Amino acid sequence: MTRLHVDWTRCDGHGACAELLPELFGVDDWGFPVSRTADRDPEVPRALEERARHAEKTCPLMALRRI
Amino acid sequence: MTDTVESPVLPDTRPILSLAGLDAAEHARRLGPLPRLGVEALIQLAEHSGLTGRGGAGFPAAIKIRSVAAGRGRAVVVGNAMEGEPLSQKDAILLGSVPHLVLDGLELVSRALGASRMVLAVGPDVPSRPVEALARARGVQVKRLTGGFVAGQETALVSQIDGRPGVPRDPLVRVTVKGVGGKPTLVSNIETLAHLALVARLGGDWFRSAGHPDDPGTSLFTISGAVARPGVVEAARGSRLADVLASAGPVDPAAVLVGGYHGAWVPASALDTPLTRAALAPYGATMGAGVLYVLDTHTCPLKMASGVARYLADEVAGQCGPCINGLPRMADSLTRLANHGRDTRLPAEIDRLRRLVTGRGACAHPDGTARFVASTMATFDKHVEAHLAGYCPSTKGGRR
Repeated sequence: MTRLHVDWTRCDGHGACAELLPELFGVDDWGFPVSRTADRDPEVPRALEERARHAEKTCPLMALRRI
Repeated sequence: MTDTVESPVLPDTRPILSLAGLDAAEHARRLGPLPRLGVEALIQLAEHSGLTGRGGAGFPAAIKIRSVAAGRGRAVVVGNAMEGEPLSQKDAILLGSVPHLVLDGLELVSRALGASRMVLAVGPDVPSRPVEALARARGVQVKRLTGGFVAGQETALVSQIDGRPGVPRDPLVRVTVKGVGGKPTLVSNIETLAHLALVARLGGDWFRSAGHPDDPGTSLFTISGAVARPGVVEAARGSRLADVLASAGPVDPAAVLVGGYHGAWVPASALDTPLTRAALAPYGATMGAGVLYVLDTHTCPLKMASGVARYLADEVAGQCGPCINGLPRMADSLTRLANHGRDTRLPAEIDRLRRLVTGRGACAHPDGTARFVASTMATFDKHVEAHLAGYCPSTKGGRR
């Protein structure tokens, strides 16, 4: 099962991940992603895999990784 | 009961501190030579002893050594004496009074792992002079490092040893896989190393003869706050909190902060709680690095806690958004509550913020800070109510 991991040392709260994957990420008071699941690194359901790949590529700071 | 002829006899409840102040010759005479153990033998011994890391996270020593042994390339072993926790003094005491035992532990593990490098990482507030010449003579490099509360976290420590800023990195790649110089690295608190140096000589059964079956051995505890005699003591794990505190002479205790600024409160009504992981869990506390801070009944816990929350917010490494933004906001809200800001939304806001930051950083700092704040709000709920009503139970009736 693929998970999405945010490298917090890189993340600048750009918000691309939350825009592309609203099912998995919301944003906090400051625009940083918040996992919508109980997991730190949310699991990617099969139906969202393509978009997860896209989100990983889209993050301008390369802070999002599929693990 | 059979006694091995050569085994030195050490007191069950304070084996480490019973060796304080010995010179090299006397240390060697009391303990005998340091055995040479292969890595499997060391791992099995550590596993049998049940020793867990004494630096804070409490991870089983055997598992950590095993993961470094499984790494690619020659290992690096780092003794962690950063003492980033302001209430802890045990690293300083260990280096000052049992330097030979600490270096024994470092050498034992390094030999077993076939390590290419041994480093003793010493924080800015820990005197390194007593150990420097001794370390050099044994091939241990002493690194005097800078940094505050988070500088002792494994990844931050590795970064600083490698000449980069001493801030945590993303934990996806563990230092046991890729640490100092890109090599598999064992970062071990110096108390853990000191225990290993004794276990290697006296065996796992000996270690387990003290402490609780599920949480064996002894630990060093730094006792401070409202006590007559603050300082560092050694006691068996599983001892009752009251018994460990007794030697320091607590004065009008209201609660004890167990585990330091990332720890949690145990109220004075529960001082018979044994110091084990299981018994502390209901309070949200762990032994951490062995900090016990006594709060007395005349001090406002919300004032004290808001000071700690502010300190922790100021110690943010400045890398992770949720921590940079969330911790100061949480400290602000707690400070307003402590200062009788009669805003009934404050408790819910504090609760929301501490949930918000949890699990959202490269290191344990947001989680630890949130845990401390959660424990403060739960333990001192009557204070919270009173402050919202405009008074404080600790300071009522004017100044003491």
